[in-house]
Amino acid sequence: MRADRQEQDLKFTRRALLMAGAGGLAFLGLGARLYSLQVLETERYRLMSEDNQFNFNLLPPSRGRILDRFGVAVADNRDSYRVLLVPEQSGDVASALDRLQPFLPLGNYERERILRTARSQRSFHAITVADDLDWNTFASINLSAPDLAGVTPDVGEVRSYPYGPAFAHVLGYVQPPNDEDIANNPRDAERLLRHPGFRIGKTGVEIARESDLRGESGALKTEVNARGRVIRELPEQSTEPVAGRDVVLTLDADIQRYAHERLGQDSGSAVVMDVNTGELIALVSSPSFDPNLFVGGISSADYAALRENDRNPLFQKSIQGTYPPGSTFKAVVAAAALEHGVVPPSETVRCTGSVRLGDREFHCWRRRGHGLVNLREAVKTSCDIYFYEIAERLGIDRLHEMATRFGIGEQFDIGIAGVRRGNMPNPAWKRSRYDQGWSTGDTYNTGIGQGFVTASPLQLAVMTARVASGRAVSPTLYRNAMMPPAQHIGVNDDALAQVRDGLRAVVEEAGGTSFSLGGLGIDDIEMAGKTGTAQVYSITAAEREAGVREQEDLPWRLRDHGLFMCYAPADNPKYACVVVIEHGGGSSAATRPARDILRRVVARDPSSRAGVFADLGNDRPGGA
Amino acid sequence: MAVFRESVPRDIPGKMMELNWTLVLLLALLGAAGVGMLYSVGGGSWEPWAINHAVRFALGFVGMIVIAMFPPRFWMGLAYPVYVGALILLVLVEIAGVTINGAQRWVDLGPIRLQPAEIMKLALVLALARFYHDLEDIKVTTISGLLPPLLIIGIPAILIVSQPDLGTTLLLAATGVMVIFMAGLSWWFILAVAGVGLAGIVGIGVFGLENILADYQMDRVHAFLNPDFDPLGINYHPNQAVITLGSGGMTGKGFLEGTQSKLGYLPEMQTDYIFTALGEEFGFVGGIAVLAVYALIMAQGLIIAISCKSPFLRLMTIGVITTFASYVFINIGMVSRLLPVVGVPLPLISYGGTVVLAVMAGFGLILGAHIHRNAEPPRGAGLFG
Repeated sequence: MRADRQEQDLKFTRRALLMAGAGGLAFLGLGARLYSLQVLETERYRLMSEDNQFNFNLLPPSRGRILDRFGVAVADNRDSYRVLLVPEQSGDVASALDRLQPFLPLGNYERERILRTARSQRSFHAITVADDLDWNTFASINLSAPDLAGVTPDVGEVRSYPYGPAFAHVLGYVQPPNDEDIANNPRDAERLLRHPGFRIGKTGVEIARESDLRGESGALKTEVNARGRVIRELPEQSTEPVAGRDVVLTLDADIQRYAHERLGQDSGSAVVMDVNTGELIALVSSPSFDPNLFVGGISSADYAALRENDRNPLFQKSIQGTYPPGSTFKAVVAAAALEHGVVPPSETVRCTGSVRLGDREFHCWRRRGHGLVNLREAVKTSCDIYFYEIAERLGIDRLHEMATRFGIGEQFDIGIAGVRRGNMPNPAWKRSRYDQGWSTGDTYNTGIGQGFVTASPLQLAVMTARVASGRAVSPTLYRNAMMPPAQHIGVNDDALAQVRDGLRAVVEEAGGTSFSLGGLGIDDIEMAGKTGTAQVYSITAAEREAGVREQEDLPWRLRDHGLFMCYAPADNPKYACVVVIEHGGGSSAATRPARDILRRVVARDPSSRAGVFADLGNDRPGGA
Repeated sequence: MAVFRESVPRDIPGKMMELNWTLVLLLALLGAAGVGMLYSVGGGSWEPWAINHAVRFALGFVGMIVIAMFPPRFWMGLAYPVYVGALILLVLVEIAGVTINGAQRWVDLGPIRLQPAEIMKLALVLALARFYHDLEDIKVTTISGLLPPLLIIGIPAILIVSQPDLGTTLLLAATGVMVIFMAGLSWWFILAVAGVGLAGIVGIGVFGLENILADYQMDRVHAFLNPDFDPLGINYHPNQAVITLGSGGMTGKGFLEGTQSKLGYLPEMQTDYIFTALGEEFGFVGGIAVLAVYALIMAQGLIIAISCKSPFLRLMTIGVITTFASYVFINIGMVSRLLPVVGVPLPLISYGGTVVLAVMAGFGLILGAHIHRNAEPPRGAGLFG
């Protein structure tokens, strides 16, 4: 019995030890598992836990401003009042919108959008109910906000263009990015681009300098719980957004606005340039549009109206429009003739009003002729016959070479897209384009700036500046103090001086084509200029019979373009101004606006201010 | 005959002298750890869990000491009635139980709401110990020695598995099998059963596990085998549990500094997932320390079992220790993704009244076994004899 008991005890002890061993092994397994999770792999789980714990809320950067040459903001950011709704706090979204209705009437389309957004995201995420509210609406919602559960008034930033249409083409505008914009940007920018309220440059300076203007987004680190609700913000571990850099333009906002107003509803361009540096002081295309409309999303009706307007407000005529330069081109032809010595300044040509070339007759604009004219007189009176003659003597190749030196046919880069190069023809070009040989008639036409030669208002401004300064300036839109002074154009100074003398006579001497302007009208400062007409349509013999004799008798679309290039002061040129009025019916449509703009530019020049600023006052020059 | 007998203390002071203070101290450590972690998980607050846990632990502690005072004969007498009572409660749950979280586990008895399954764990141990105490050793591996224990285990197991509560069923089965093994089941028989079991596993493989487990259990097994499957759904909690543990590192984020626990990435942090909060705030060091306390308690329990003279006390102690160890192993194994999700609390640390009281009662029995280790109650005693 006792032995039996002892054996039983032993058996129990053996099995108990076995059990202890098994238990020990199981616990060792648990310990090993903990070691693997908490010691070997802890880094991985620590990161996952932080991923859980923290969110980074994007803080969008302020977009850089665009400033004029004096630091006046022409593209700015203003506060945008908006109303956000947090469904979690408001309860049923539809009834929350009903409660908002007295303050903020919403259309069905907007209501649908908000309800759809509410269904698609978690209820603690804010929904933008309305953006860019006026102050009264915003203030009344603010007052009532305590009674409107879940409604949060909020202030964001939105782009604004204080000068509206005056800068529309140059600055362009911003809009919410589309899928293509997102695809074209680096991947790490995607979050910013998808941020509600973010806008990207679409045209003009806004897109050209996007990388400077955009800035860098910051991130607000927030601790969130398992449902994503923000528990607290951790500003000390967050990064501040870096505002975009300001872009400084060479434009003068005052001149730009004035030039825009001066052109009125005419379809055309005005370009003002510093003749010594090439800096653009004004670059206007008319009619224009209000870029502020695009920022908030332009209505399709407004957009259709802009598109269908036959004066083409969306088109930047100052750099994209190309026109035959007409008689303004004579300054270049005259310079070439003098440079190459094909005509002594004193030599005269008889103008009888027309000249025969083979079986074709070429007319002077003045049907009854100018009589005997030398170079100075020919420029002053814009005699076509004289220029046919010297163009023929020069030949197209030397004409082409000189025109190119003055920027005709040259591709300029002013830092925004869309700059057209126009055309300076030569025989090779005509051969490849029309598969025809060059004729003397072509040289004649080129000699008076008609036919195949075309230039943009920007190019004409460059041409004017190069004639005025004798320097090969290039147009620039961005302020850059480090810009080297332009090279001499490489044309004999004496030749240029004679051309400039002729251009001065156009305005300042009796008999000049623009003498009726009465000069600049600031003290005794003289100006120089040259009219031009680009023929759009030849009045036929049949129409002449029927009584159509004047441009005014033609439909608008068929009237000639009017051009005027000018600079001042005539003796020490500083500013060049070119105005092109499409279908203006002749150069007279352009001369007066150009003179008025130039007058304002000269008046604003610091050196002339002391003497004349007072009498200019606030009047609107142009009526004189 | 009585010469060799070592004495059994008869009065309360004498019994108190014989209390196993090592075990008492280890249990108190666990209780304190539980209160601390519930304070932390409650957001650094005594409400709503820590204070309740402390009160229940204190009540359970007193109950444990009281239970330890009763002689083995008392428990032997109570073994079958308690078992039958627990069975009746289980049936009651089936008929009129309160459903919480989709499982019928509670029975409402006016002011107290009981989980009969918890009572059954102790009742089963008592009934089995009683049965083997009365059984002659040589009959352990016979039909008449095997059939009753299998019924004692099987009936409540079937009732509980239908609640459904797989965790508790597994615990009951593990405990019962361990008691049978420790009662001296022949190795030949064990090998034979193991063979049949193996065949059964093969059979399940052929028959398909999905025909045996409920859908949600099947999903859990699938999720366990594929951690990347449905990471925001069925695998969300197991994955978050591992993140919580792993992010604690060697020494943890510090008391009250656990981010996973505070920010609600795990639900029911106060019950089944409490160990992850501990691992997050105290790291590997803290986790191993708690594991060590559990291991020491088990070792102490086995030492007591071996020191007992009567089969009843030995097997009762083994049963309670097995249940206790299984709780710990299944819970920590589950939260560390070593096992599929099985809803089992971590004894004395997890929040939950019935479990605390049942575990403390179990340790009352073990402490009583230690005090009365030299007692040798006769076989076949009457109802309260």
